[in-house]
Amino acid sequence: MRITCPICGERDRREFYYQGAAVALDRPAPDAGPQAWDDYVHLRDNPAGRTRDLWFHEMGCGAWIVVERDTVIHEVYSTELAEKAAR
Amino acid sequence: MRVKDKGLINRAVPLRFTFDGRHYEGFQGDTLASALLANDVRLVGRSFKYHRPRGILTAGSEEPNALMTITDRAEPNVRATVQELYQGLSAKSQNNWPSLARDALSVNDLMAPFLSAGFYYKTFMWPRAFWERVYEPLIRRAAGLGALDKTHNPDLYEKAYAFCDVLIIGAGPAGLMAALTAGRAGARVILADEDSLMGGRLNSETYQIGDHTGQDWAAAAVSELTAMDNVRLMPRTTVTGAYDQGTYGALERVAHHIAKPADDLPLECFWRIVAKRAILCAGSLERPIAFPMNDRPGIMTASAVRSYLNRYGVAPGKSIAIYGNNDNAHQTAHDLAAAGVKVAAVIDSRADAQVQGDFPVYTGAEVINTTGRLGLEEILVRHNGENLMVNADCLAMSGGWNPTVHLTCHMNGRPVWRDGILAFVPADDAIPGLSVAGAARGIFSTRGCLQDGAKTAVQVLDDLGVKAQADVPEAEETPYQISPLWAVPGKGRAWLDFQNDVTVKDVKQAAAENFRSVEHMKRYTTQGMATDQGKNSNVGALAVLADVTGRAIPETGTTTFRPPFSPVSIAAMGAGGQGKGFAPERFTTSHLPSIQRAAPMIEAGLWYRPSYFPMPGEQTWRESCDREVNMVRTKVGICDVSTLGKIDIQGPDAAEFLDFVYTNTFSTLKVGRVRYGLMLREDGYVMDDGTTARLGDHHYVMTTTTAAAGQVMRHLEFVHQCLKPKLNVRFISVTEQWAQFAVAGPRARDVLNALLDDPIDNDSFPFMACGQVKVAGTPGRLFRISFSGEHAYEVAVPARYGESLFRLLCAQAEAMGGGPYGMEALNVLRIEKGFVTHSEIHGRTTAFDIGAERMVSAKKDCIGKTMAARPGLIDDDREQLVGLKPAGAVKQLIAGGHLFAPGAEAVRVNSQGYVTSVGYSPTLDCYLGLGFLKNGRARHGERVKMVDHLKGVETLCEVCDPVFFDPEGGRLRG
Repeated sequence: MRITCPICGERDRREFYYQGAAVALDRPAPDAGPQAWDDYVHLRDNPAGRTRDLWFHEMGCGAWIVVERDTVIHEVYSTELAEKAAR
Repeated sequence: MRVKDKGLINRAVPLRFTFDGRHYEGFQGDTLASALLANDVRLVGRSFKYHRPRGILTAGSEEPNALMTITDRAEPNVRATVQELYQGLSAKSQNNWPSLARDALSVNDLMAPFLSAGFYYKTFMWPRAFWERVYEPLIRRAAGLGALDKTHNPDLYEKAYAFCDVLIIGAGPAGLMAALTAGRAGARVILADEDSLMGGRLNSETYQIGDHTGQDWAAAAVSELTAMDNVRLMPRTTVTGAYDQGTYGALERVAHHIAKPADDLPLECFWRIVAKRAILCAGSLERPIAFPMNDRPGIMTASAVRSYLNRYGVAPGKSIAIYGNNDNAHQTAHDLAAAGVKVAAVIDSRADAQVQGDFPVYTGAEVINTTGRLGLEEILVRHNGENLMVNADCLAMSGGWNPTVHLTCHMNGRPVWRDGILAFVPADDAIPGLSVAGAARGIFSTRGCLQDGAKTAVQVLDDLGVKAQADVPEAEETPYQISPLWAVPGKGRAWLDFQNDVTVKDVKQAAAENFRSVEHMKRYTTQGMATDQGKNSNVGALAVLADVTGRAIPETGTTTFRPPFSPVSIAAMGAGGQGKGFAPERFTTSHLPSIQRAAPMIEAGLWYRPSYFPMPGEQTWRESCDREVNMVRTKVGICDVSTLGKIDIQGPDAAEFLDFVYTNTFSTLKVGRVRYGLMLREDGYVMDDGTTARLGDHHYVMTTTTAAAGQVMRHLEFVHQCLKPKLNVRFISVTEQWAQFAVAGPRARDVLNALLDDPIDNDSFPFMACGQVKVAGTPGRLFRISFSGEHAYEVAVPARYGESLFRLLCAQAEAMGGGPYGMEALNVLRIEKGFVTHSEIHGRTTAFDIGAERMVSAKKDCIGKTMAARPGLIDDDREQLVGLKPAGAVKQLIAGGHLFAPGAEAVRVNSQGYVTSVGYSPTLDCYLGLGFLKNGRARHGERVKMVDHLKGVETLCEVCDPVFFDPEGGRLRG
């Protein structure tokens, strides 16, 4: 599998650390309530198809990257710096 | 038997080799298989189940029978058809005892009526206790491939990466033509072929291309490609798998063909090739025919006979018969006759077949039996209702050709049946970026292959924005005509899968027992599960299954081909991952002086740290450890703490950022001061702890636990980039840039002042101060922090000065009755003070559990704060950090032991907690433990029972405060 780091270009997936769903970008406010926090910390979809998740270019530039890809056909549709997606 | 003036072998270079202890001679350019056939060796192995005598079936990597052990390097299951001959090669046959010709277990063959499909499943059922102890060893002994040499594998393996515009897989006519077209257009090309000699079938046939023989044309094409800087030729390289985003796995056999490889030459190299586009030109494989007793040595595929004749100059028999269902088979007879080899008969299953030649021809005929115990002697042919005998020691069979579709199936692509050629061809776009050309997609003429290779390359290059031109030479275009011939009825067994001994009868029986799905049939009969992975047998078995279940072949299905295309050694895939490649060693700058002091090393992650520094006369580690603890408590000790993670944090928003990742506040920390910080995960549990020093308004240095350095770095980047991207702050790991040493004990300041350019005192450098210093003229950093509870410092210098500073510190300390101390003493010192490590903050404990809930600031948000406030995480009944001291006759404490009420039975449901850290305290003259106990903070003074069931130890303990020594901290500030 190859992932295009927005900074370094296309790289082998072995250079990246896989985190999980990009849900982690949307941190609730401290007073958002137990349900919102439970969803944020613990609940994840397990889609067959398109998914957005976070990868860390640990063996490269150190960028956190949002990767939109397909879990069935493994196509990578887009990659974006997390700091841009988070804004 | 050698044939004069034929073949691409070098007769000027004879090579001696042995097989089963006997000496033979071959030539440079031979494979082990061709050299054996040249010496008239037909019997080369025994089959997996029935121990049937077997000979060479093919001339390629699909060989199921001729598996041997190369004894030079004790490598089993080497296909003789792939192994190139070298001077002194030594091979032996497998799966026989006492010898290949007289194999005791050939009695299995007599038992064949009872050993049909499903035999194991039905027979070795009862009693259950026999499964592993009796049946499995028995079956493993009887059925088998080569034996593993259980000694360490001394061979080198390598892995490598390559990148190209176009990867061309296979260097036959289509592949060479594609490579020429792409190479001439200037594209970066990799051409990989599993053979040592590129050219594919051109080297095994007598075709003309333009004015040249096919062999000469291939050699000229290879020369032209070799001269191109933009083309990389990779012979002996099998592309084994197709993966995502244009990544291909490939195995290069680097040194298997060399008699005495250089010491640094790897045996194999596993490549990961990343290609913008790829063209599969893998050709096709000829199918055997399932006729009765079709497995005798001497019976081989027709294309293999032509390979041995035309490429290796070997006639695999003195009298050779040909049996086929397609026109391509006839070429064998013509080539043999032209070379002066006797053609015993041409037997064609088709009544209307047109065969011309000076040899007996039987059309509309079939082979219904064969004889010959250790090799073929006679063939029984049924022709026009009559049976006739043909004397032959070799039978060339052709059931048609299967395009080599394997790689196109590696991402779930299902090949498509094509009636015209009675074979599966690749589905369109089965692998993104991979095109298929030539025989691999069912184009079987040389002319067609050349044109298709060029045309496909032009299309692929056009996609890449490169203009290319097809310049294709003329070549033969023989129409390929075939009629179905899968299994010939008759008495006797007809093999489909030679290696796993699966016959037509077995497939029929599977269907009769309702294993009608091809996947079920495969598992029930083991068809296709041998090392050839069904390359020879899949389509034949499918056809038989289709026939008995009354379905057409395409609706019966196809089996799934998975990577690898041909066997890949685990050693090659894991190259670089053995021994120290698996776990590299990280050494501190004090490693050499520590080793010189005979300190035993202990691993901390990948780091090696000294356990203790033995002194003359000390017999056990405990003696050294006790001495070192006393030394720190009474004099001074030196300890390398460089392995702790060090993260340099800079930026105008560094303070605000740290307030968010730490539970406590760092924006209020004064420049020149250090603070202990606690970090949570977002789920509220403790992630790590450590001290962070403020070196400037916008500059902090964080320390992390040794093992958590990578995790914390990743976490900081995550929090910044994903949650707080607007904060202006940056991080960099400086763990390896700074060598850092703890100087601990009442004389710590005296040691330092002997080395600092500007001496310090308690006013200029109070507890938790930090700052820039000069150490023996070298700029460094000094932190007044303590992990021992003593008056202590950590002094840091750039790593290149680490070793000399360690030596200086030790010399100064020794002059004052101190010296270096290791991990054992460090651990005892911190247990005496109740300081936690990852033994306590092990991922399941909260700030509340370790008694640090007051460190979670109420004034600000931080990572983990909300979730840490969940009722279940601050419940009094949680297991809380306590100290434990022996209080009965038994004085021993053991980490991992569980805690129970003194009167309770020591069973899981009664467990009230557990012990996490234990050390013998010479200061307090007893064992001390840290552990977690339900509602422990309210139970100081109570008695509990520690039980370690593994070691059989039960100790009555007193529960106490985790800070055993100097609870007021007076020594720290002294």
